[in-house]
Amino acid sequence: MRFTCPHCGPRDHQEFTYRGDASAIRPDIKNTSIGDHNAYVFDRANPDGEHREIWNHTLGCRTHVIVTRNTVTHEVTVCEPIGPFKEVLS
Amino acid sequence: MSGFRLNLRDGVGSAIDGDKTISFHFDGKLYAGHEGDTLASALLANGETILARSFKYHRPRGVFSAGSEEPSALVTLRTGGRTEPNIRATEIEIYQGLEAQSQNRWPSLGFDAMAINQLAGKTFSAGFYYKTFMGPSRAGHKATNFWFFCEKFIRRAAGLGNGAKLADPDHYTRMNSFCDVLVIGGGAAGLAAADRAASTGAKVILCDERAAMGGSLNSAPDIIDGENSAEWAAEKASELADMGNVTVLPRTTVQSYFDDNTLLAIERVADHKIKPAENEPRQRAWNIRAKSVVIATGALERPIIFAGNDRPGVMLADAARRYTLEYATAPGKAVAVFTNNDTGWLAARDMARAGVIITAIIDVRSDVSDEIHAAGEESRATIHLGSAVVSTAGMRSLSGVKIANFNENTGEISDTVTKISCDCLAVSGGWSPAFHLTSQQGGKPEWDSELQAFLPGEPLQKWHGAGSMAGQFGLRKAFRSGEEAAVKALADAGLGEGESGVPSIEGDVIDHAPAPVFEIKSGGKAFVDLQLDVTADDVRLAHREGYISVEHLKRYTTLGMATDQGKTSNIAGLAIMADCRELTIPEVGTTRFRPPYTPVAIGAIAGEKYGHLAAERLTPMHDWHVEYGAHMYGNGPWLRPESYNRAGENVEQAYVREARTVRASVGIVDVSTLGKIDVQGPDAAEFLNRVYSNGFAKLPVGKARYGLMLREDGMLFDDGTTWRLDEDRFLMTTTTAGAGLVMEHLEYHRDVVWPDLKVALTSVSDEWAGVALAGPKSRDVLKACIKKCKVDDKSLPFMGVRDGEIDGIPVKIARLSFSGEMAFEVFCGSHHGLALWEALMKAGKPFDIAPYGLEALSTLRIEKGHVAGPELNGRTTPYDLGLGGMVSTKKNFIGSALVQREAFHEEGRLQLVAIKSLDGQRIQGGSHLVKGNVEEPGRSEGNSSSTCFSPELNCYISLAMLENGTKRHGEKMWAANPMRNAHVAVEIISPHMVDPDGGRMRG
Repeated sequence: MRFTCPHCGPRDHQEFTYRGDASAIRPDIKNTSIGDHNAYVFDRANPDGEHREIWNHTLGCRTHVIVTRNTVTHEVTVCEPIGPFKEVLS
Repeated sequence: MSGFRLNLRDGVGSAIDGDKTISFHFDGKLYAGHEGDTLASALLANGETILARSFKYHRPRGVFSAGSEEPSALVTLRTGGRTEPNIRATEIEIYQGLEAQSQNRWPSLGFDAMAINQLAGKTFSAGFYYKTFMGPSRAGHKATNFWFFCEKFIRRAAGLGNGAKLADPDHYTRMNSFCDVLVIGGGAAGLAAADRAASTGAKVILCDERAAMGGSLNSAPDIIDGENSAEWAAEKASELADMGNVTVLPRTTVQSYFDDNTLLAIERVADHKIKPAENEPRQRAWNIRAKSVVIATGALERPIIFAGNDRPGVMLADAARRYTLEYATAPGKAVAVFTNNDTGWLAARDMARAGVIITAIIDVRSDVSDEIHAAGEESRATIHLGSAVVSTAGMRSLSGVKIANFNENTGEISDTVTKISCDCLAVSGGWSPAFHLTSQQGGKPEWDSELQAFLPGEPLQKWHGAGSMAGQFGLRKAFRSGEEAAVKALADAGLGEGESGVPSIEGDVIDHAPAPVFEIKSGGKAFVDLQLDVTADDVRLAHREGYISVEHLKRYTTLGMATDQGKTSNIAGLAIMADCRELTIPEVGTTRFRPPYTPVAIGAIAGEKYGHLAAERLTPMHDWHVEYGAHMYGNGPWLRPESYNRAGENVEQAYVREARTVRASVGIVDVSTLGKIDVQGPDAAEFLNRVYSNGFAKLPVGKARYGLMLREDGMLFDDGTTWRLDEDRFLMTTTTAGAGLVMEHLEYHRDVVWPDLKVALTSVSDEWAGVALAGPKSRDVLKACIKKCKVDDKSLPFMGVRDGEIDGIPVKIARLSFSGEMAFEVFCGSHHGLALWEALMKAGKPFDIAPYGLEALSTLRIEKGHVAGPELNGRTTPYDLGLGGMVSTKKNFIGSALVQREAFHEEGRLQLVAIKSLDGQRIQGGSHLVKGNVEEPGRSEGNSSSTCFSPELNCYISLAMLENGTKRHGEKMWAANPMRNAHVAVEIISPHMVDPDGGRMRG
């Protein structure tokens, strides 16, 4: 697989670290519910097909990207920037 | 069989150079061959018949094929560190001084004592091991115990060659490459495809596993553009290699087809030399990203299965033909051909033309075309139509075969047999397209009932099949389909169509379709998988016992599970199962091929990632440590001193002395390897407050704090001290091994979870060198050398951070203690590290300062009950380690919710304790804590984690995790490690073994 890093261009996936399902949003820092945190950490849809997930370009620019990847064919359709540099990179 | 060398002439010996003689050794005996010979062809030419012993029955085996599909002739190549077992003799190019050994035989290849296994053939049938060693008791033994008793003997008796136990002196390398069109296979179809693609200026890579491009052209009788086909191929290949946009890679096997049109090829750069040239790698792994791929990997001839078909002298017909035409090696003095298709007849004719005597052609079909009959006449063989080989004869290698009348519709054989004398039987059972790469991709093969073979099916990626791999047999179709595939591949790459260059071809028009005959059922041992000794009866046994799906068949009988992945045996195995089940072959189905196509050396995969080319981080003081006798030890990516052994000391004596020095006066240790992260910004304090489980928001400037980091699931992640250098600036330290992961963890939360927090994170691990001074005299040492900073208790209290200067070097000093003694960490710019170390050593001389290594560092922290990697193992919460007090209840942080899950607070959690040895024995790491003695140990209630000899307690101690441990101090148990025969009497004690009140470090 190759991802098109918004900063570095097309790079091999071995340069990236998988950081999980992009749909999992951490509960607010003020939220103390064990149930909400449990869902954030453990509940995953495990879809058969397109999956939006976060990868970190660890051996490159170290920015995070959201990759849309097909879990069956490994086809990568979209790589979007995320984080504080989002506006600069998109 | 006894082969011999033929006279070289036009069209005979295209692969070898008859003017160049090469000598080599096989099993210690000296032989001569020619440049270009393979080990197999050279040994055949020398009249050798037995090259190997079979896996299970130790039956003598000869050469079966002429390529990478070889199941039988496996040898061990080279000696010493360059030893490589299980190499196919059919692929090795001989070189001056080559040394090869046969394998799986004792005492010798000619006489193998283990061949007695053959007599027990019934015993060793499929499923023998499962039936014997798993399941109910036998004669009072549990079956598994019986296995432990027998394993040693079985392992010795069954098997392949032995690997070298010495380091490989050669190096391997990796290469990343990109191209528009990758052409796999340099035969007629591949050359045509590469030629067509290259004509557009496209970037083309052409690989072939053999030493020369050409594939079947190297032994074809056809005339291409007025030239001998082998010469035409050589010229075309060199013409392509001369083009700037084409990379031609001989001796390069494309092994694996991955996602995104990424393919792995292994180039055998120096395997055909006695050793690689200076700085030359032995092999090179090519990671190729192709916009499109043309697969022209050809087809593999398959045998017909009959009794005694493994006798040396029985080989594939095309292999016999190739030995004759490419290597000028007659495979025998009298060759018989057994076939179910036309290619066997043409092989006979071509061999006869080169001077080989063909005694008989035996065809299961009752009728053949006039052209084929004429080819048989030309070979001057006696022709037996509607006949089949029912058995073979010979002491160790073939002396003759028996044939009977055969009904191709019913499979019935007549009772009357005819004997035919021959020392080589060339067998052709049809052709199987080599679609291994597309099968790896998950492509579903489709059965072609005309060709009686599976074809690759629909592509799942951008590849196009050409030549016989795609069912396009014969040279004319090969050239045409090669060009067609190239045009499609060029379109994938967004390029034009290029120019056609199909040459003129004069030669046979061949029908490759065989009669659907796979096995002659005449009784006796008929081998399907030659490499793993799987017989046709084994397949039928699997069927009788219910293992009828192809996946079960494969695993139950091991059919196709050898290193050749059943290249020549799969279809026959499927056909026999189909016959048992009264189904067609496609109804039985196929298994998926797995990468790699042929066995790959681990070194080629590792490439530069080992030995002196692996990344290894050294601290600025590294050379000093080495000079002063330190044994350096890997810790994460770093090398650190294990201990500074003095003359006559072993490691334990050295670390005990070093630890005593720290407790008595002062020691010095290099802590430059700690992870260091500079955290800056207006929200830096808030960020750290969310990252650590204990409070950081109110940490005053000039103070350090020990912090715990949790994962979001509540488990401990890392620990370390963080120093507040300014209102909006912190220097975080992490564990040595955790540095990279902590950085990723912080960056993730900064970027993805809380992008609104204004924080900058910079790894500064390499920018700072660090030295820790520990011991009651550590302050005196500092006092003797520090400038611009007071270090008395009032000016630099416990956990204080100050700037100062030592020997002109600006330093930061933090009063921290990992050892439990009064201690200081002194950081400076890393290029000053060695100077700082030497200045501190000099200042410490009057106090008998001694450097200490990782072992002493670990001993001191174990005695103090401080946790490290073995306790922060991803399965412990702060409460388990007695650090519950550091879990803030006044704020929320990463893991704050889930660390409060009920199960983490229930009875029975493993909790941190220490254990001390009561009987003077060393406590092994990873020992189980049990209540019983060695006879009846009982259940494991915990385990030891970090162990050492404690100079303070004068006995072996260990930190340990024990069920409800905090309530069990004083209890006596055993630390059991049956793997190392250890059962040590221990007492459970508090983990705070030294100075529990902390008076020493605060004093």
